[in-house]
Amino acid sequence: MTRRGNEAIGVPLLLAFLVWLVLYPLLLVLVEGVRGPGGWTAEHLREFLGRSTEMVALWNSFWISLASVALAALLGIPLAFLLERYDLPGGRVLGGLVALPAVLPPLVGVVAFLFLYGETGFVALLLMRLFRLEEPPWRLQGAGAILLVHAYSMYVYFYLLVRAALVSLDRAQLEAAASLGAGRWRTLRRVVLPHLRPALTGATLLTFMTALGSFSAPYVFGGGFRVMPTQIVATRLNGENQLAMVETASLAAMALLALLLFRSGSTASGGGRKGAGPVRIALRSRVTRIAAGLVSWGLAALLLLPHLTLVLVSFVPVGTWTTEPLPPAYTVRNYFALVEDPVRVRPLLNSTWLATVATLAAVGIALASALLSARRSTPVRRAIDGLLALPWAVPGTVFAIALATAFSVRAPATGRLVLVGTLWILPLAYLVRNLPITSRAITAGVRALDPSLDEAAASLGAGRGRTLWRVTLPLLRPALLAGASLAFVTAFGDFVTSIMLYTYDTRPISLEILSSLRQADVGVAAAYGVVLMLVSAAVFALGSGGQGRGNAG
Amino acid sequence: MTPFLTVEDLSKRFDGTVAVADVTLSLVRGELLALLGPSGSGKTTMLRLLAGFETPDAGRVLIEGDDVTLVEPVHRRFGMVFQHYALFPHMDVGQNVGFGLESIGVRRAELGDRVARALALVDLAGLERRRVDQLSGGQQQRVALARALAPEPRVLLLDEPLSNLDPTLRERTRREIRDLIRRVGITTVLVTHEQDEAFDLGDRVAVLRSGRLEQIGTPDELYAAPGNRFVAGFVGRSSELPVTVLGPTEWGTRIAVEGVEWEIERPAGHPVMLPGPALLLVRPEALRLGEDPQAIMGTVTARRFTGPSALLTVLAGSGATIQVAAPPAVVRVGERVGVLPSRRAAGGLHLFPSEKA
Repeated sequence: MTRRGNEAIGVPLLLAFLVWLVLYPLLLVLVEGVRGPGGWTAEHLREFLGRSTEMVALWNSFWISLASVALAALLGIPLAFLLERYDLPGGRVLGGLVALPAVLPPLVGVVAFLFLYGETGFVALLLMRLFRLEEPPWRLQGAGAILLVHAYSMYVYFYLLVRAALVSLDRAQLEAAASLGAGRWRTLRRVVLPHLRPALTGATLLTFMTALGSFSAPYVFGGGFRVMPTQIVATRLNGENQLAMVETASLAAMALLALLLFRSGSTASGGGRKGAGPVRIALRSRVTRIAAGLVSWGLAALLLLPHLTLVLVSFVPVGTWTTEPLPPAYTVRNYFALVEDPVRVRPLLNSTWLATVATLAAVGIALASALLSARRSTPVRRAIDGLLALPWAVPGTVFAIALATAFSVRAPATGRLVLVGTLWILPLAYLVRNLPITSRAITAGVRALDPSLDEAAASLGAGRGRTLWRVTLPLLRPALLAGASLAFVTAFGDFVTSIMLYTYDTRPISLEILSSLRQADVGVAAAYGVVLMLVSAAVFALGSGGQGRGNAG
Repeated sequence: MTPFLTVEDLSKRFDGTVAVADVTLSLVRGELLALLGPSGSGKTTMLRLLAGFETPDAGRVLIEGDDVTLVEPVHRRFGMVFQHYALFPHMDVGQNVGFGLESIGVRRAELGDRVARALALVDLAGLERRRVDQLSGGQQQRVALARALAPEPRVLLLDEPLSNLDPTLRERTRREIRDLIRRVGITTVLVTHEQDEAFDLGDRVAVLRSGRLEQIGTPDELYAAPGNRFVAGFVGRSSELPVTVLGPTEWGTRIAVEGVEWEIERPAGHPVMLPGPALLLVRPEALRLGEDPQAIMGTVTARRFTGPSALLTVLAGSGATIQVAAPPAVVRVGERVGVLPSRRAAGGLHLFPSEKA
């Protein structure tokens, strides 16, 4: 079959599939929110607008997200400058350590914070012992606790993006500014900051969207403090399904509005760097060197404490740790339990196959769409791009509700099946959530391929299949690995969609962590957390390792 | 001789802009044709139409009388060397060269031998296991050549074969390519925007402008008898002077130029030009310095050393500049000189109707 023939069939099929999977469920949510048994109704909308709790939750979602952006920027930008512009003792190692919060899936990070800073966590217990307090000095609850977790897990976006932008700064630009008589501040303001603008806008958008969709932290620490995602879950538990639809629509609207707002404010940066990267500034005086070293290593230790906490708690036998600052007894039983006890093994196996299926499907769809038309810009192509990116802009809770709505009714004529309660709803949900990151990585890979390689293969007599197998796929391996690893890690640690869609038979690790915590089995909960953390780290390393080899080759 | 490769009335548009318009030409077996033209002249589109990467809107491509216009590149058996070589970066040299051989079903036992022979042809024997990114630019190009030639294609297509090499390598590589193509005896079409390359490599040169074939001929023909002002200006160095045609003479045309009168030889077969404004294209070597009543007087404004002779830029009274080749030592910048046709100027002075801009 010819290339054009493939596209003529493939592109419409792909478009139809994505409309069905991504857009249709969201539209159903909109419709269900304004439909009653007797036709159209504004009843649920009125109820939503009338209840103060609803408005408060919406407002909370908004300001928490903004505050998260501010805090993450405050932490991430200085760190990026410190580690990229200055020659610190052990700077290379430090640079890697500082990015480590990225390997903690959201729920695992929250659990680690609970063990560390919770009212029965290490820090509180230590302070109670030191100052002979009767009560814990604080309660890790409400907006403050949520913001703490957000700042910790989201500064990484600012740190990584700003650091990458700093690396790409042309040294000659700084030297040119200096030779034109610009001092350090003027250079920063007029040369460096404009260069960083796309990175800053990108990080702001990323942080805002992540914070808006954040579920684990508000769910565990929120208490009476509700943000929209937790509000939606509570409403559904109350059985007010249609009100939940309106809430879902309001959250989606806020997310899309934010996306539009930030998008219009961002401009693409012009071209890549030609010259050499900036030289690190050496810290001359001994005192500043030592001070800078202490500050940055201290900070790194602070950032690593949650990981260490998790590891430590994972060795605590059930019911042995109550009021001591450090657990009195240790065992490796928890880890054995994960592999010996069939009930405990199940979530590990579940998460593995669910994430694998979702990842393979996401990679397949992303690859197909990229190969079919990544190099063209047609209205259909832009529609496909938009649909692939849409799940990123919509909080996980929204998609969980949308899928739960669309796939709980048997009406094949309208494209609705009963998947809720079956094995297939979770892989489908993970797949939808993974499409944006996977397709971004793979599309970038395909765009970077030299089109004349395809033509060279053709002129050497290789058909479509052989060209794909021998030329295109091997060259795309780094992009495929990167896309797949991101997808796998997200799906493997997923909590936000799982909590709404899981069944007992498909319960993933995150839900088992939650139930272990409820049974006060902190050791097992932490052991699961450590497994999640290690698998995430290993898969990330695999993904970026492929990238490195690809660049060298 | 009967043509081996024929292009008939080939046309291609992209979104309404003409890339190739009604081009007809043919090559005999073993001939090397250079497509020469400035960027945007359609020469690369021509090559891609030949390779089958583009489908023409009209016209045909024939090889030994076979219409291959709609044959997919995969089945066309035209070898191509891409401008940036397009070597497969994840394969070593041997795998690159063997790729096309596997397509035509060369068996494994024979493959190594064929690859070795192809590499020996381009003087890279024994480099099979070398990674592509460990090769110099010149070596990469030779691998690309070996890869294209290994399956023994019917036609070889070269897209700007020298543009990616640094200048010191170009001359040598040009010679190597020419020798290799002669030795293999393959019918070849190459694209270039460098006149030197086209003249040095091509048995014939086709000059393209805005998708149209302006002229096709041997380098000598193009240089000595350019068919129009564009070809004359594009091929070789020349100065343009506005002149007035006064009338025909016994063997040429009498013109008024810069206040003096010259007589220009009329090539056989060229029509007699009517009196009126016209344009004179002069090659530097068709002029000489000298004192004569019919010399154009001017000031030397620049002098460039080019080896055996110096290239002088002379500013004439009207503001026109004329380039003149002269023995290196005769004049200095700022001197007043007279310029007149060299006695052996045949072929270096071309008269064209003036085009209204």
